[in-house]
Amino acid sequence: MSDYREREKSISIGTIEEEPVSGTRLEPGVADDGGEERGEAELLTINLGPHHPATHGVLRLLCTLEGETVRNIEPIIGYVHTGIEKSCEDQEYWKAITFVERMDYLSYYFNAYAYCSAVETLLDEEVPPRAQYLRVIHMELNRIASHLFWLGTGALDIGAITMLWWALRERDLILDLFEMSSGQRFHTRYFQVGGVMEDIPPGFEAKLREFLAQMPARVDQYEALLDQNEIWLQRTQNTGIVPLEKLLELGVTGPLLRAAGKPWDLRKAMPYCSYEDFDFKIPVGTVGDNYDRYRVRMAEIRESVGIVQQALDGLPEGPYITGNRKVALPPRHELATSMEALIHHFKLVTEGFRVPPGEAYVAIESPRGELGCFVLADGSAKPARVHMRDPSFVNLQALKHMGEGTVIADFIACLAMLDPILGGIDR
Amino acid sequence: MPRGGNYLDATGLELVAQRVRDAVAEDAVVGTGHERGQATLDVAPPRVHDVLRYLRDGDEEPYGFLASLHGCDYLPAEPRLGVHYQLLSMERRDRLGVRTRVTVDEPHVPSVTDLFPTANFQEREVYDFFGVVFDGHPDPRRILMPEDYVGHPQRRDFPMGGEPVLFTFNEHKLPRWYE
Repeated sequence: MSDYREREKSISIGTIEEEPVSGTRLEPGVADDGGEERGEAELLTINLGPHHPATHGVLRLLCTLEGETVRNIEPIIGYVHTGIEKSCEDQEYWKAITFVERMDYLSYYFNAYAYCSAVETLLDEEVPPRAQYLRVIHMELNRIASHLFWLGTGALDIGAITMLWWALRERDLILDLFEMSSGQRFHTRYFQVGGVMEDIPPGFEAKLREFLAQMPARVDQYEALLDQNEIWLQRTQNTGIVPLEKLLELGVTGPLLRAAGKPWDLRKAMPYCSYEDFDFKIPVGTVGDNYDRYRVRMAEIRESVGIVQQALDGLPEGPYITGNRKVALPPRHELATSMEALIHHFKLVTEGFRVPPGEAYVAIESPRGELGCFVLADGSAKPARVHMRDPSFVNLQALKHMGEGTVIADFIACLAMLDPILGGIDR
Repeated sequence: MPRGGNYLDATGLELVAQRVRDAVAEDAVVGTGHERGQATLDVAPPRVHDVLRYLRDGDEEPYGFLASLHGCDYLPAEPRLGVHYQLLSMERRDRLGVRTRVTVDEPHVPSVTDLFPTANFQEREVYDFFGVVFDGHPDPRRILMPEDYVGHPQRRDFPMGGEPVLFTFNEHKLPRWYE
């Protein structure tokens, strides 16, 4: 026996046990290893969160534990509710884009797209092909960035710290690209009603191609680090399995549903934004455990790289925003020469555009599932109701079924693989 | 906006409405709306549960997935409050909206959590923000606003802003801080 083991054996915990700690403790004379004497049915309710890094935001979970086994989970949400939907009702349509982006703060392009698309549906506005392709490029880059952040933090929860640095390194390259195209790294407000804010600048394409060339190799590296890792495999394989029927009842969509074997992806099933032009696959799992959820998301990163590649290769020429001056701002240079452009600019900036009365529900495939945006228009320049059907909010209901009966360490893995974003849940 | 999927056309919607009237009750469907490619059934509030059960199980073209449940306020129109159910058929790649309208004085809609467990959180959200009471909901509490909150903030006549923020220095001056 090594020195270390000898020292370990010599450490006595007797003094600690005799401290008058709150809660139950061992009766004198009862052996520590006797499970029956202590009572199997003793339940302990603890609070996980709201401020806890493993909850991926301000999520509070009331966990009832039996020993280390999770018996019940009660999510309590609302800690970061900021009334974004209510605030949108006080903004003109084009100003509300800034607000909806801040809901699910890791997939801001998707929020902006769902909202803009709903408004475009109400306006019957066509989006030029180049704008659609630019939107696809940015949304798929955002999907990669979101999955990378999930990978980094999810692996961190299980103890793989290196993954966080590696995943955030590549995510930073994507944020650099966002900064090039829109000037912002987060919450870019790049999508406008009718198109995008600006064309991509010179140098963007070369930088994007450089990123696309190295990304598949990076994913190989992540998998090389994780797929052979005994701790990772034990934590993820065969944990958190929920039957497919249960997931469908609970309204779960996105990678969680696909990991259970259902090939449901709105990009394929109900294509929007020219997704029918691209050739990509829908990764599905077979078991539906946490490991499948991980594999599905990794495969989605690879597919997204392919979609961006195709969109960049086939990027059509033409305008990047609709020519309808009643909806989109005129080009800046026209303001100096055209009175009409000046009037349009003034009207749009001061008053915004009016949207005919009606309601629209537009659903898209965000990194976490079906992101639906419902917009009710009453004929004024401000929406009467903006509602986001956020996938995190609905998927969170599956956590109870994923976690119950597992040990608490696996439950943390379940939470990581669920990938909830509290900004989207609480809105 | 051209979008993928096999959406119901106006004729198909009328056929669905007629089948619902035959199977559930004559007064179950109070109207249909087909705008911008989206089909919507207007349903009388007491019949919501029956209609959704029929659309899920009984109809020849069933909708097995409740994609979204949300509320809205149609102020100044009456009845003011609306509850929307977005049904989805993954097999036919089709969506159907079901809409019901209730008044502020009688905001009662039967809960559909037994048909679609996903409605649990979403009905709580609609109750929280609009005050629509879902009869038969297993856990009818607020979900996003604090439990002791008064009012339903997403109603259009609820004022925007102006609510004092509770800090340690002013908590004793604010009403109801001791409750």
